[in-house]
Amino acid sequence: MLGFLKNPVVVTAEINVNLVALTVMGLISRLWGLSYPRAVVFDEVYYGQFVSLYMKRIFFVDDSGPPFGHMLLALGGYLGGFDGNFLWNRIGAEYSMNVPVWSLRLLPALAGALCIPLAYQILVELQFSHCAALGGALLILLENSLITQSRFMLLESILIFFILLAVLSYLKFYNLQRHSSFSASWWVWLLLTGVACSCAVGVKYMGLFTYMLLLAIAGLHFWHMLGNQNLSNVGGGWLFCSYPCLGDLSLKTCSVSLLCHFLARGLALIIIPVAMYLSFFYVHLTLLYRSGPHDQIMTSAFQASLEGGLARITQGQPLEVAYGSQITLRNVLGKPMQCWLHSHTNTYPIRYENGRGSSHQQQVTCYPFKDVNNWWIVKDPGMQQLVVSNPPRPVRHGHIVQLVHGITTRYLNTHDVAAPLSPHSQEVSCYIDYNVSMPAQNLWRVEIVNRESDTDVWKTILSEVRFVHVNTSAVLKLSGASLPEWGYRQLEVVGEKLSKGYHQSMVWNVEEHRYGKSQEQKEREVELHSPTQMDISKNLSFMAKFTELQWKILTLKNEDTEHKYSSSALDWITMDTNIAYWLHPTSGAQIHLLGNVLTWASANVAAVIYVCLSLWYLVRRRRKIYDIPEDAWQLWVSAGEICVGGWAVNYLPFFLMEKTLFLYHYLPALTFQILLIPIVLQHLSDYLCRSLLSKTMFRALIVAWFSSVYLVYCTFSPVTYGEPSLSVAELKDLRWKDSWNILIRKQ
Amino acid sequence: MPPAGGGRAGPGPLRSRGCRRPPGPSPRAASPAPAPPEARPPAAPAGSRAALALVTLLSFASRFHRLPEPPHVCWDETHFGKMGSYYINRTFFFDVHPPLGKMLIGLAGYLSGYDGTFPFQKPGDRYEQHNYMGMRGFCAFLGSCLVPFAYLTVLELSKSLPAALLTACILIFDTGCITLSQYILLDPILMFFLMGAVLSMVKCNACADRPFSASWWFWLSLTGVNLAGAMGVKFVGLFVVLLVGLNTIYDLWDLLGNLSLSLVMFGKHLLARVLCLILLPLALYTAMFAVHFTVLNKSGPGDGFFSSAFQSQLIGNNLHNVSIPEHLAYGSVITMKNLRMAGGYLHSHWHLYPEGVGARQQQVTAYLHKDLNNLWIIKKPDSDADLSDPSSPVEFVRHGDIIRLEHKETSRNLHSHQHEAPLTRKHFQVTGYGINGTGDSNDFWRIEVVGRKPGKLIKVLRSQVRLTHVATGCILGSSGKTLPKWGWEQVEVTCTPYLKDTPNSLWNFEDHINPKLPNISLDVLKPSFAEILLESHMVMIRGNSGLKPKDNEVTSKPWHWPINYQGLRFSGVNETDYRVYLLGNPVVWWLNLFTIGLYLLTAISTAVALKRGVQLSSELKELSRVVLRGGGQIALGWLLHYLPFFMMGRVLYFHHYFPAMLFSSMLTGITWDTLLKFFAGFLSPSTAARRVYGGGILALVLLIMYSFYLFHPLSYGMIGPMASDPSSPMAGLRWMDSWEF
Repeated sequence: MLGFLKNPVVVTAEINVNLVALTVMGLISRLWGLSYPRAVVFDEVYYGQFVSLYMKRIFFVDDSGPPFGHMLLALGGYLGGFDGNFLWNRIGAEYSMNVPVWSLRLLPALAGALCIPLAYQILVELQFSHCAALGGALLILLENSLITQSRFMLLESILIFFILLAVLSYLKFYNLQRHSSFSASWWVWLLLTGVACSCAVGVKYMGLFTYMLLLAIAGLHFWHMLGNQNLSNVGGGWLFCSYPCLGDLSLKTCSVSLLCHFLARGLALIIIPVAMYLSFFYVHLTLLYRSGPHDQIMTSAFQASLEGGLARITQGQPLEVAYGSQITLRNVLGKPMQCWLHSHTNTYPIRYENGRGSSHQQQVTCYPFKDVNNWWIVKDPGMQQLVVSNPPRPVRHGHIVQLVHGITTRYLNTHDVAAPLSPHSQEVSCYIDYNVSMPAQNLWRVEIVNRESDTDVWKTILSEVRFVHVNTSAVLKLSGASLPEWGYRQLEVVGEKLSKGYHQSMVWNVEEHRYGKSQEQKEREVELHSPTQMDISKNLSFMAKFTELQWKILTLKNEDTEHKYSSSALDWITMDTNIAYWLHPTSGAQIHLLGNVLTWASANVAAVIYVCLSLWYLVRRRRKIYDIPEDAWQLWVSAGEICVGGWAVNYLPFFLMEKTLFLYHYLPALTFQILLIPIVLQHLSDYLCRSLLSKTMFRALIVAWFSSVYLVYCTFSPVTYGEPSLSVAELKDLRWKDSWNILIRKQ
Repeated sequence: MPPAGGGRAGPGPLRSRGCRRPPGPSPRAASPAPAPPEARPPAAPAGSRAALALVTLLSFASRFHRLPEPPHVCWDETHFGKMGSYYINRTFFFDVHPPLGKMLIGLAGYLSGYDGTFPFQKPGDRYEQHNYMGMRGFCAFLGSCLVPFAYLTVLELSKSLPAALLTACILIFDTGCITLSQYILLDPILMFFLMGAVLSMVKCNACADRPFSASWWFWLSLTGVNLAGAMGVKFVGLFVVLLVGLNTIYDLWDLLGNLSLSLVMFGKHLLARVLCLILLPLALYTAMFAVHFTVLNKSGPGDGFFSSAFQSQLIGNNLHNVSIPEHLAYGSVITMKNLRMAGGYLHSHWHLYPEGVGARQQQVTAYLHKDLNNLWIIKKPDSDADLSDPSSPVEFVRHGDIIRLEHKETSRNLHSHQHEAPLTRKHFQVTGYGINGTGDSNDFWRIEVVGRKPGKLIKVLRSQVRLTHVATGCILGSSGKTLPKWGWEQVEVTCTPYLKDTPNSLWNFEDHINPKLPNISLDVLKPSFAEILLESHMVMIRGNSGLKPKDNEVTSKPWHWPINYQGLRFSGVNETDYRVYLLGNPVVWWLNLFTIGLYLLTAISTAVALKRGVQLSSELKELSRVVLRGGGQIALGWLLHYLPFFMMGRVLYFHHYFPAMLFSSMLTGITWDTLLKFFAGFLSPSTAARRVYGGGILALVLLIMYSFYLFHPLSYGMIGPMASDPSSPMAGLRWMDSWEF
């Protein structure tokens, strides 16, 4: 029984010293003096505010990307015991003692450091020599821009980490594919690919580019597999399937394993990433349950689901709008700002500045603040009373109503008079009878846009409603223009005659609501001023919240902000631009996002060589001339798919983007481009240096070039790490390009 | 309906089919198409010529039916008709599209006796006695040619008469295509060239077995001509250039792999394509711009969009035939024009910035019109010496000099300081400061010419100048935003601390008065044709990207288009109006949409089956070739003409989909024909198979014709109650709420 004791317990460990050494060097280079400078550096001012909001559990919307990256940064803060109390208002502001700078910056730095062993592994998996892999990893290690970007509370290094992880896992998976499909490690790497992809996308939408690239490569590999005629009959059986091969029913070949391969890939590369992506939002929305500064971007229903804010007001409102209800109407669009349908005693001026006339009736506007003049009463045109009967008679889709302005008791009206700022639309007013043969036209049909059936009841907050004017079919719309002085710069409301389908500016929802009880105007005014109260709670499902938040993130447009350090995509290849991240308040010490010039140039040269050589080989192969062996060609191609493909998909799309671009957007593309250098070098040495002499000389050249890369790294390390402080002359010497903006203090 | 041809027996080998003359009088290729060698068997399915004649006849009939109605300006006729008139009047104008389409419209109008006097002010204006039929007829003629072109293309790709007939039928009976062809618009012209290019490309491919034969050359160069035409009408033509380019690359790659072809021969192939598909179109494209600028030699509404140097070429412009000193000197009186498109002149006036907007000093703005308040005097920063004294020596301004700009009318200096600008808060405010030219050190500006070395002189009109504020280091620029009423709705001028050379921050000197300097004629500064060409393209591209949708404006989205979600009102709104509504025949469009999915399925299963090495009979092989090669080309065309719109930031309209719709219709013809053949092939007696196949095609055709009967009032005009009214003839046909007829 104790037979196992006969043999000694042996643990065999295989340690790749290269990897360990690279990891250690990476950690040193990225973590060295991490809490210096103890001040807000560049975009920390932007991400920091979100970390604070996470700590305080306050809801926010950030249009720059999905929440996973922010959550990781917040995790650092959480581990460091950050309480969220810091005012993120200025780059260079000194951190107060309660900010755990080191732990906030730790995760990005770790991610940056781990990119180095990942790069090594990727090159090994691409079947290049360990020497080349070591070289590639060292180039990443000595890349100043990657170091700078990793050492602060920024997202790029995390993004690059996940991108490289995804690529590496896919390569591992693909290399296992040949001999051990469906083994445990095969599954692990396949699943890890999907997970890493979704993490990359979750950090920044830029991750999508690499995800798409991997999907395309996986599709291509699968296509090659389809051509493999041996595959259809082997390996399957554990999964029932019926996949008759097209057009040839007699053979009854059932490609079980092909289908299984397909399903496995679909599961790991599509379903899991989507599920992960949703889970990021789930965690995000669970963490942030308090109302905050970005509430007003969201719909009323969403706001009501947050603790505090609107929920406090709307808590306990009656759900169904009835005749006699007192309501405020919010425009659903929320652009240029959220606002409520409003009226006040002032009238439209008889003549506008441009000479056109108006009806001179009472103004109706959209007002961005809560106000007693935002209250309206829903009235049945057939009855006089302005109170809710008992039992309440709910208003349904298609009903005709009148809207009475609470304070002035005038009726919402529109007629064939040009609106003040949008002359193609009708003016909307509160009707004053001047006895000038301009009859009141105050009947509106309620159309619930998001109705489920045609008899739906108009619901508070939930129903999105269009008001269609009965006489003219005009639709009540927020035009977006703001009125001049006479309208107190409030927003213009018009009747849109040519309603072209659905647009949110024509849709309104009830936000505050109570059943009116007072018959007399005086009492009613008092009632209007009183707060609403009663109890019903409304909860949105996760999917509804997710869809809304996702939509807002994608469509929210911040005003085009010009930035001193913004650049165009073309500047990046040659690094004609830099970004000053931080400047010491007194000395000349400063931190810049500035790459290793030599590495950037070499990477460009490598890319050009790669493309030219590939074209040359390709054309020659087409003429049946084979310069290199077939397996070397396959390696060359697959290395290009990853490295050149990765560079292209992460770089070229920026030419189509209209947002403000910065140099750091180029870093993922750059990482792929750097990986190309050792690939090209090894290829040149293996196949183009024929004689021993030329090989030796080539190696000597590489060593010389490598030492100059190291020299350049050392030269720029003062502006990478921010210390030591440099003198003016030294700083001027560092300005290798005229377009670089090195900060030199005036003496 | 000619009898459906049935499954053609015995498909020929891939490349054996000869190059056939287009059966019947194809309007473009009527005369010089060389006769094919006699030995070739007539490979065209029987009856294809008769069918072509029928199709062409129907197409012309449907497009010319009620062409003069309505006799008023419809929709964009107001633009393109007006531009046609400009050509007749030789008045310079600016448009975001290249000139060919409008030139042809102008030519058609000119030949048909239209005198260019109708103002085309707004949609709904009656033509009265003006002769507009020539222009409409021309567009309708080109629009009618689309159907035979599509017919021939599908016939060539699928070798199947029913497929071609189905395609033709779809296009003839599509209300959208009819409507779009009946008015003075660029779209029929664009689509004509586009389809022409596709047809000649397909024909040329069919001649691949006889390279360098006369017909091969003919189709190849005709492709080039059509490409130039498509590009010359709208930049959308770029997509068809892309399609032809991809096809050519594929073709060359194929030839390269053919080891029996020597490299010299391959070089010849390459050269021939470079010549016909690159050089020839470029030459034609350039030529049409040359004609454009030669014809339009009078000053007109487009002047302001172009640079000062260009304006000096236009008769009637105030820069025409004037002579001014060439180099800038101290004491000169000048105007400065901003280089951004439609950028104004640097301007100031006696009014101050209002309370609360920066410092309460004199306003400085950019003003688009010529005005005395645009005049500034260049002075040295320190000396107040009266430079107008004729005896003092002339001193030229040089690149890098520090200068002061004094406003001539108010004697205030151009000034900036660290107050925020009125609208662009991140920039600094620019004001007029000082009394009689005495100000402070914030009035000093360094003048620099882009791309020149320090010490060089500064040229009027041609030097692009940047003014850097010496004290703060910011650059004088115009933000392009309109000031509120206190600023007379002129354009904001700011000093931007972000040092970028955008046209916003570059200026040139336009007027220049200095009695001490010799005047030179501006003809010396005449821009070369290449410069004009480049400039006009820059202006067009900027104009295109400037067409941004406004907030709160309902715009058409690309995903609306294939589902026929919403049309465009061409004419008439109310019940009493004569209403024309551009909307595709919904049956046709939904059939197209469905077929795209169907095609995708078919193509994928075919490709997978081939990849899996399934043995196919020769008939199925032929079918799979049609699906993958022929259908693939058309599907690629559809993608190229549709997907790019998703990435465009400019305002989009429904009619942008029509080029893609042509491809989609051809795809429908090919796919249904192939699928019916495929499934009919399973039936055992060949008569039954033929009946099913023929019946299927016939059913589709009848369905399309019936739907056209229902929807034809959309294009031929409706009067009376709207469709929502049950008494309307269109009642019950408003299948989607978003349709507005």
